[in-house]
Parts: sequence; C-alpha cells; structure tokens
Amino acid sequence: MLETWVVIFIPFAYLGLLFAIAYYADRRADAGRSLIASPYIYSLSLAVYATAWTFYGSVGRAAENGVGFLPIYIGPTLMIALWWVVMRKILRISKQNRITSLADFIASRYGKSALLGGVVTVIAVIGILPYISLQLKAVSYSFNTMLQYPELIIPAGNGPLLGDTAFWVALFLAAFTILFGTRHLDTAEHHEGMVAAIAFESLVKLVAFVAVGAWVTWGLYNGFGDIFARAAADPELEPMLAPFGGVGGDYSSWIWLTILSMFAIMFLPRQFQVTVIENKDEAHLRKAIWLFPLYMLAINVFVLPIAFGGLLHFPRGSADADAFVLTLPMSQKQELLALVVFIGGLSAATGMVIVETIALSTMVCNDLVMPVLLRMRTLRLNERSDLTRLLLGIRRGAIVLILLLGYLYFKVAGEAYALVSTGLISFAAVAQFAPAALGGIFWKDATRRGALAGLTAGFAVWSYTLLLPAFARSDWLPIGFLEHGPFGIELLKPLALFGISGLDQITHAMIWSMLANVGAYVGVSLLRAPGADEHRQASLFVDVYKRPGEAGGAQFWRGTASAADLFNLLARFIGLRAAGDAFTDYARERGLEQPEERREADADLVHFVEKQLAGVIGAASAHIMLASVVKEEALTLDEVRAVLDDASQLVVYSHRLEQKSQQLERATQELRAANERLTEVDRMKDEFVSTVSHELRTPLTSIRSFTEILHDNPHLPAAERERFLGIVIKEAERLTRLISQVLDVSRLESGRVEWHESLIDMREVIEDTAASTSQLFRERNVLLERSVPARVPKVKADLDRIVQVVVNLLSNAVKFIEPGRGRVEISLAEEGGFLRLDVRDNGPGISLEHQELIFEKFRQAGDPLTGKPQGSGLGLYISRRIVEHSGGRLWVSSRPGEGACFSFTLPLVNEATLGKAA
Amino acid sequence: MQEFDVRGQRLAALCLLGLVLFSYPVLAVFNAHATIRGIPVLYAYFFVAWGALIALIALVIERPD
Repeated sequence: MLETWVVIFIPFAYLGLLFAIAYYADRRADAGRSLIASPYIYSLSLAVYATAWTFYGSVGRAAENGVGFLPIYIGPTLMIALWWVVMRKILRISKQNRITSLADFIASRYGKSALLGGVVTVIAVIGILPYISLQLKAVSYSFNTMLQYPELIIPAGNGPLLGDTAFWVALFLAAFTILFGTRHLDTAEHHEGMVAAIAFESLVKLVAFVAVGAWVTWGLYNGFGDIFARAAADPELEPMLAPFGGVGGDYSSWIWLTILSMFAIMFLPRQFQVTVIENKDEAHLRKAIWLFPLYMLAINVFVLPIAFGGLLHFPRGSADADAFVLTLPMSQKQELLALVVFIGGLSAATGMVIVETIALSTMVCNDLVMPVLLRMRTLRLNERSDLTRLLLGIRRGAIVLILLLGYLYFKVAGEAYALVSTGLISFAAVAQFAPAALGGIFWKDATRRGALAGLTAGFAVWSYTLLLPAFARSDWLPIGFLEHGPFGIELLKPLALFGISGLDQITHAMIWSMLANVGAYVGVSLLRAPGADEHRQASLFVDVYKRPGEAGGAQFWRGTASAADLFNLLARFIGLRAAGDAFTDYARERGLEQPEERREADADLVHFVEKQLAGVIGAASAHIMLASVVKEEALTLDEVRAVLDDASQLVVYSHRLEQKSQQLERATQELRAANERLTEVDRMKDEFVSTVSHELRTPLTSIRSFTEILHDNPHLPAAERERFLGIVIKEAERLTRLISQVLDVSRLESGRVEWHESLIDMREVIEDTAASTSQLFRERNVLLERSVPARVPKVKADLDRIVQVVVNLLSNAVKFIEPGRGRVEISLAEEGGFLRLDVRDNGPGISLEHQELIFEKFRQAGDPLTGKPQGSGLGLYISRRIVEHSGGRLWVSSRPGEGACFSFTLPLVNEATLGKAA
Repeated sequence: MQEFDVRGQRLAALCLLGLVLFSYPVLAVFNAHATIRGIPVLYAYFFVAWGALIALIALVIERPD
C-alpha cells in the first residue's frame, strides 16, 4: 500500500484535513462559540513543543548516549512548576498591554523601543533557522525514505534529490502557513483555527509515536525486559545502560541542557505564541501546568526501547538512528504502521513550522519592517488610507523568506549535525531572551540600554561559539578557524574560548553567552537610571497586579489629538468597519457619546487607540504611528515618577480610608447598641418610678385613712384606737422598709454601695439571724431547724449585707408558709471551693415560670391563696445582687406543692490569702 | 492578587526538588549497571521520579483554595 502515489497523496490529504479543522474552528470563533476555550485544548497546543526533534531525533540521541534526550523534557517540567508565578504574570501583562509577540513583549517593557524589538526579532529569526532546517530535513528525509519502499535506502549527504525535496517541502509549508495564518488580520493576533489544528496534530503525533513504540516493544521484542536484557548482553550497548561519566557525558552538560530547555519552553517564539498570545483564559494555565508535562512523559516512554530495538535490529552503522522510528516498521513490512509514523512525523514538523513562522512573521512585520517603513517619510505611509493589505503582504513575504532561509541553512550546515544537535543551537539562541524578559517582569530598574547590551553580547557569543562552527564544519568557512582560532589566536578558538576546553559545545557556549548576556544586562542597567518611558513601562509590567483593569497607561499621557484623526489612523490599519466597531464598543463601555463626534480626544481614547494598534502592529510601531497624529507633550521622568507616586499614594490613601470607614462602622454599631441599652434603661426607670410610687401609695393610703378616722372620731373606744394605731405603725414600718430597700436598689445599681468586707463565720451569721427572726417564727408558729457542721471555713464578705440576705430568705420562707404546720430548715455545707447555704421550707412552692421572675425588681410570686403580694418585691433582687457581688450565686429550686429551697454560695478564701488577711 | 501565594511557593519548592532529583549526586546513585524487573535502574528511576514530580505538581495546583 506504500505506492509512490500514496506517499505523495497522504501528506496533501492530511494537511487538507488540518485546514478543514482550522477553518471550522475559525468559523466557530466568528460565531462566538470558541472551539479552543478549554484547558485541554490549551495543554495540547503547548505540545507543539514536541517537533520532529522529539519524534525522530530523540531516538537518535538515545541511540548515541542513552538518556541524553531527557533533559529537553525534564527542564520544561521544572520550569512549568514556576509558571504559576512567572507565566501568570506574563499572561496578565500581555493581556493588559495587548502584546503580539515575544519581541513586542520585550520592546514594550523597555519603553516601547523599536530598536530593541528589532534586535529581538533578528536574534529570533537567525536563532530559529537551524530549528526550522531540522524540520525540513526530517520531513524530506522521511518522505524520501518512504518513497524508496520496499527498499531500505537511507539517503545520505546532500544529494540533489534530497536537496530538492527539502526545497519543495519548504515552499509547500510556506504556502500552507500563509493560507493558515494570514488570511485576515486580527486585532489581538488570535489564530483560533491554527490552535485547533495544532492541538489535533499533538494528538496525532502522540498516538503515532506510542503506536510504533508499543509495536517495537511487544511486537518486535518481548517487552521492556527483553530489549534491555539483549542490550545488556551486547558489549557495545551495555555502557549506555549507565551512561553518566561515559557515553552520556558528565553531569554538568546534563544540567546545562536542563537549564537550556527551561528557557526554551518559555522563549521559543512559537511557545510564547501558543502559551501567551493564543491564551483564551488565564485559568487554563492550571490544568496545563501538569497536563503538558504528562504529555511529554507519555511521548518519551518508548524512546529507549525504540533506540535499543533499532540498534539491535540493524547491523551496526548501516542505519541512521534518527530514522529508526520509520525504518523499523518498514523493515518488517508493517506498511500501515509506517504510514501512521510518517503522518505522525509530518504532524510534529508541520505544527512547529506553522506556529514558528507565524510567530516570527508577526515579529518581522511589527517589530522590524513596519517601524522602518513608518519612519521613511518618502514612502508617505502615514497618508495611505488602507494598510491592512500591506501588513498581510509583509507577513506573507516574511513566512516565505523564513522558510527559504531555513532551507538555506539546511543546505549549508544541516548535514553536519544530527537532528538534536541542530535543534540545541536554536535553544541556545532563544535562551538569550531569558535575562531581559524575566528580569523585565521582576526588576524595575532594568533599562533599555541594559537589555540591548545583554542581548547583543549574548547573541554575539552564541554566533561565535555555535553558529560559526556549524558553518565551518560544513566547509563554508575554513576549518582551521576552528582548530587554531581566528588569525591563529589560540585563545579565541570558538570551541574553547579563553582556553576553556573539555566542555561539550552547548555547555561551553551557554556558559560564555550567559555570562556575557547577564553581565552586560545587569552592568549596563545599573550604569544609568531608566528614562521616563522606561520607568513608566517598567511599572506597568512589574506592578501589573497592583493596577486594576486595562485602564493603566492613560494616566501617563498628556497631549492633544482630534478624535477624527485617531479614528482614521485606526481605520487605516484594521479597516473602516473594524475601526467603527472598536469605537462604538469604546463608547458603549464607558457610556459616552460616539467619540468620533467629539473634537478633542482625551488621554483615555488615545490610549485605547494605541492599544488597538499595538494589537495589530506591535507596541513600538503603534507608538510611532500615534506620534504622527498626536501632539504629545513628553512627560519628564519626574512627572512619570510623580504619577507613579500619586498612584501608590492613592493606594495607601484608599487603604487608610477603608480602615477608617471600617472603624466608623464599628463605632456606629457600638453607638447603636449603647443607644438601645439607654432606651431600655430609660424604660426601666419609668417603670421603676411608677412601680415605686404605686408601692408607696398603698401603705400611705392606709396610714392616711386610719389617721383620718382617729382624727375625726376623738371618742373612739380605747381598744379600737389602739388597734388602728397599731395598723398605722405597721404600715409606717412597711413604708420605711420599702424606702430603705428602694434606696438600696438605687445604690446597688449605681455602684455607690460601700462594702465593708471582712472574714466572716457563717455559723455566727446563722445564729444571729435565727435570733433576730425568732419573734417572726414564733408569731406564725413555724419551726426553724438548723443543720450546721461543727467547723466551717470563713468566707470574705460584708457581714451586714450577708445578714440582710439570710434574714430576707428566712422571712420570705416564713411569710409564705402555712402557719402551725410550717417547718424551715437552714443548712450549711462546703461544696467545691464554695460555702453553700440552703433555706428549705415546706410551703406551697413556686411554679417553674416564676422561678426566675421572682429575682426581678417588684416581681413576686404572691400568695397563691389570696393573690395579694406580701412584700415590696425587692428583697430577692437585692439579695442576688449582694451575693453576686461577693462572688457567689443565688438561686431557687422548687416544685409547686413541695416547698422551695433558696440557696446561695460564697467563695471560700484560700489559705494563702487567708494567712495574709490574718 | 498576591504574586507569590502559598501555591506558588509550594510549586517553586517542587521545582527545586526536581532540580535536585535530576542532577548530581542523586543521578550518580542510580547510574549503576543493575536492573529492576528487567529495566536498568537509571531508566526506571527517571520515569518514576518524573511521574511522581508531575503527580505532586498536579496535587498542589488542583487542590482547592
């Protein structure tokens, strides 16, 4: 089934399918029902990281030195753990500033510098060329291998056929990418169709690789154990089972590869594109942080079995290990599997090429070509009415150019290296972005000059130690340049700079380039303070979490512009209709009249237009364009600082204001509570006064009526007069008692009572009160029983007050009891640190609902027989206050018909204080 | 929003753990000519440690706030 026409037709059919997926996703996006708004699609799209390098090259690398392919995937796993902090911040910054590419990101950070954006673009394009050539090589390689079937001829060298194939592959991919990525302009550089297709390709390559891996492991051999056992038995392969220190190189090169990959996963232009620019929702990051590493783990499980399987299967040296994935199934006539592998490899390579060239073409257009064109006054670009076609044209040209350059690199230097070694050169190039980009989001004082110096120094060292040697190895430069250094200066040998040898090429280049890069970046940044533009942008980036919403930035602008000019400017770049929509949205969001009808534009509108423009042509170009219609008064550094200080002051103020208002709220609540208490007290006072007056009137009325009788009837019989006078005296006594109790209550409540505390013996208290109430008991013929232990500890209290309490309890008991049959028992006992006194009677008892009421002012249970109150209703209230003041408790337990028991406790004085008191 | 929240700190710690797991001297411990269930210990170690690290990252990131 692997006839020539099939092999030629399949790639077209597959790419056609991709295009259909992309078309469908774009349609869905236009309809507002995005296909890619899912963390799973997002994670799969990140897997564009796995290219032909992973698909073919990993096996080649593994066949060389065992585990040497792994740091390329372990590094990203480690880096991704930091994404929660780092990438979340980059995402937030990019969304707020409408960043369109990595170059745009770095240029924006350092004061929207067009120069810096250009430098980043040049480094990215040159740095990525080896990587693109690798994909071209892999695709043409696998294609030619397939065409030779059923023969297994591995085309070697730069044969005319292979070269031509790579050329046609490059052109074909360029056409495909143009169709894919530059059909129209998007103000946010979103390519939903592309992302959907990439996610699909990620699935295809994973399935294909796992399929061939499983087949090699269990079809060709008998599982992992079998393959490794055979490898261990082979003297040539055995050292690869524990490769460190031998075939696998040393640990330092391992670490450098890990660090290199950590940077690559963030700063490869295509990774930045899918991770940052195409991100639909910050929350998708959460799933991607563990799903993407899982993907890498899955696609690497079978690398070692395939590598060893291939080495064991083919006679040593007869087959290129980079192609094992494809040649193993072909050698066993597994045609379908070979076809699946071919498509998987195609997926891996095309995915990379499409996203990488789209990302690079955006950079070339926005950060390299447009800034230059816009500055060339003779072109009069400022006056052209529609620039969208120009922009698309530049991008399409850039795509073709980049792929042709990739092809050129492949022709010049591609054959000298294996796939992985070629790719690593690109990794080392993009690692140069790390200091400027990472430093830029955390270090405010980094400057444009510092970033420029760092990037150029790092790139220069990279070119010297990696790019030039690659050309020299391919005979495009004299090889003596490598062996003896330029002009015979040994110290400057590109592979052993300053005499440092013994490192592998990548480690050597990384150490020197990072040293130069970071050194220049930090050193030059510290030489001079940042200017106004840089300071403003630094604050927008570093403090992104402190500035809410997209509004940040407008506050830095001051100048004059007409709304109509701004509208025309935007329309030239994104078209009349899109510009109209943007302005309408702007007005609606802010609840304004149509802004184009206003004559003067405010800072907010200018900022809005600049951001819209930045979404199409990048921050640096947008800045230049805007300057052409806006008369901007440049802010001085001091003014920017002042704005920033104002902003941070504002934050402080608003924080304080919030605190104040919280305090105020608390105070209001307290006031309200106090007011409620006051109202309640006022009500109680009124009640108290009216109750007291009532209570006073009863005895007064009685006294008055009897004295009137005595006054009006001077001749009453002596016995009658005696009786009336007795009543008057009794009522007067009651009045006196009542008044003294009222006075007591008011003193207790206001805290004006003087307490004369002393150590008192409760037995004496009981004796005294029994004596003083004995008359009462006798009168009502009630028996008083005492049950007092021989010795009780003393308690500390006011003697007179406690006596008052006991008298009150005893007289209460007598009062309510049935004369003649009554019995009152008073007892004393020690109980858990307290002395407890009980007064128990066999009276009518108190119903449950009255048991708490009787302790309130002027409440009494009353005589159940007559319903007439028999006291002032203040005694128990006063008693409870006295006991509680002494640290004890007063309560009643009773059941109707079974008598009542009033009890109170007083705290015992502990020995120590007792001793002191004595 | 806090930039370096607790989750960020835990993940940074996992990154450091990974750096330790996959560098000298830990790798040297497993760089031996021995097998476990027929698989060379170094290879087994890589995939088990890698998988465990991913599981830990997933655990930290997916844990509700």
